[in-house]
Amino acid sequence: MWKWFHQLASPPHFYRLSAILSPWLAIPGLALIAYSTWQGLFVVPMDYQQGDAFRIIYVHVPTAYLSMMAYTIMATAGAVGLIWRIKLAHAVAAAAAPIGAAFTFLSLCTGSIWGRPMWGTWWEWGDPRMMSQLILLFLYFGYMALRGAIDDTAKADKAGAVLALVGIVNLVIVHFSVEWWSSLHQGQTVFRRGTMDAEMRLPLLLMILGFTLLFGSMLLRRIRTEVLYRERRTRWVREMILSPRGGS
Amino acid sequence: MNEPAREIPGIFAGLVATARRDLLLAWKRPGDVLNPLFFFAMVCTLFPLAVGPTAEQLEFSGPGVIWVAALLATLLSLNSLFLSDFEDGSLDQLLVSPQPLPALVLGKTLAHWLTAGLPLVLVSPVLAITYRMPFSVVGVMMLTLSLGTVSLSLLGSIGAALTVGLHRGTALLSLLILPLAMPVMILGANAVSLAAHGDVYTTGVWALGAYAAGSVSLAPYATAAALRISNE
Repeated sequence: MWKWFHQLASPPHFYRLSAILSPWLAIPGLALIAYSTWQGLFVVPMDYQQGDAFRIIYVHVPTAYLSMMAYTIMATAGAVGLIWRIKLAHAVAAAAAPIGAAFTFLSLCTGSIWGRPMWGTWWEWGDPRMMSQLILLFLYFGYMALRGAIDDTAKADKAGAVLALVGIVNLVIVHFSVEWWSSLHQGQTVFRRGTMDAEMRLPLLLMILGFTLLFGSMLLRRIRTEVLYRERRTRWVREMILSPRGGS
Repeated sequence: MNEPAREIPGIFAGLVATARRDLLLAWKRPGDVLNPLFFFAMVCTLFPLAVGPTAEQLEFSGPGVIWVAALLATLLSLNSLFLSDFEDGSLDQLLVSPQPLPALVLGKTLAHWLTAGLPLVLVSPVLAITYRMPFSVVGVMMLTLSLGTVSLSLLGSIGAALTVGLHRGTALLSLLILPLAMPVMILGANAVSLAAHGDVYTTGVWALGAYAAGSVSLAPYATAAALRISNE
C-alpha cells in the first residue's frame, strides 16, 4: 500500500499513469454529459412552476458543486504538501485553482441567467448563495494572484497552501455570516425547491457524475503540464523528450 | 570563552517586549499612525458627497459607511506591519529568536491593534455623530468596531506575512484580505444597523466576539508559518 502511494507521488510515475488515466475519465464523462444534456433538454417534462427555465439546473448545479470541490482539493493538496512535503501535492493545488475559478465563474453566470426569468433580475445581492459564490471567486483570484507574485515555485507553493487553508476555514464563516445577513434584509427570495421528481433527478445526478469525471480529466491534464514544467531540468524529462517516441 | 548559558525569558516577556518595541517605533513615527486615521475620516466624508446629504440617507448609510471606511483604513495600515522589520533585518532576528514565533507575532499584532485599531474606535464616535447616529447606537458601534478591528489586525497579519518582501505587495494584500474580512464587516455593520432600528443586535456582537477569540488563538500560528515561508 505505502509503496504504491510513494510511487504515485513520484513525478515520472505519475506522468506516465496520468497519460493513461486521463482519457478514461474524459470519454465516459463526455458521454454522460451528452446523454444527460439530451435528457435534460428534450426528454424531461417541463416544470409546472418554472417552465423550461429550470432546465439550466443541469449545468448550474454541477458547476456550483465543482467550484467548491476544486477549492477543497486545492486546500487539501496544499495541506498534504505542507505537512508531508510531497511536491506532487503542490502541483495538484496549483493545477486545481484555475479550473475551480472557471467553474465558480460559470456557476455565477448560469445562476445569473436563471435568475433573470425567476427573480426578474440578473443579479440579486440579497441571495446568500450568490454572495458566497462571489466571495469564493475572489478567494480564487487572491490565491492565483499570490502564486503569480512569488517567483520561487517552492515558496509560492507553501504560501499558497497557507492561504488556501486560512481560506477554507473562513469559507465556512463566510457562508454562515452571509446567511445571517440575508435573513435580516429580506424574506426568502430563493424559491423553494420541492422534492424533485425522479425523472428530473436522474439526469441531474448523471450530469454531476459526468462533470466530475471531466473535471478529473482536466485536472490530470493540468497537473501533467505542471509536473513537466516543474521537472524541466531533471533527467527523466530530458530522457523522455530525447527518446525516439518523443515523450508522448 | 565559557559563557554561562543565559536563561531565556518566558513567552509572555517576549510578547510584551515585541509589543513595546513596536509601540515605541510608532511613537517615534506618528505619521504611520495618523495617516490611516485621516484616510478613515476622508472616506467617511466621500459618501455624503457622493450619495447625498439628507438626514435619512445619512442615518441609513452611517453604520455601513463607517465600517467600510474602518476596514479600508485597517488595510492601509497593515502593509507596514512587517515591512520595516523586513527591510532593516530585525525580522530575521525575530525568526531566529528562541522565543516561540507565534507569541512574538501576537505581540506585534497587539501593538498594531493599539496603534491602528484602537485609534479608529476612538475617532469613530465623532464621525458617527456627523452621520446623526444616536448616542445609544454609538456605544454599540464602538463595541463592534473594537472586536472587529482585533480580528482584522490578526487576519491581516497573515496576509502581511504572506506578502512581505514582494513587489506590488500592497494591492496583493488587499486582494488576499478583503474576501477573508467580509464576514467581520457583515457582522459588525449589521449589528450597528439593527441597533439603530431598535432591534436585537446581540447575535452580531457575540459572533464578532467568537470570531475575535478564534483569530487570537489561531491566526498567530498561520502568520508565523507564513513569515517562515516568506523568509526562506
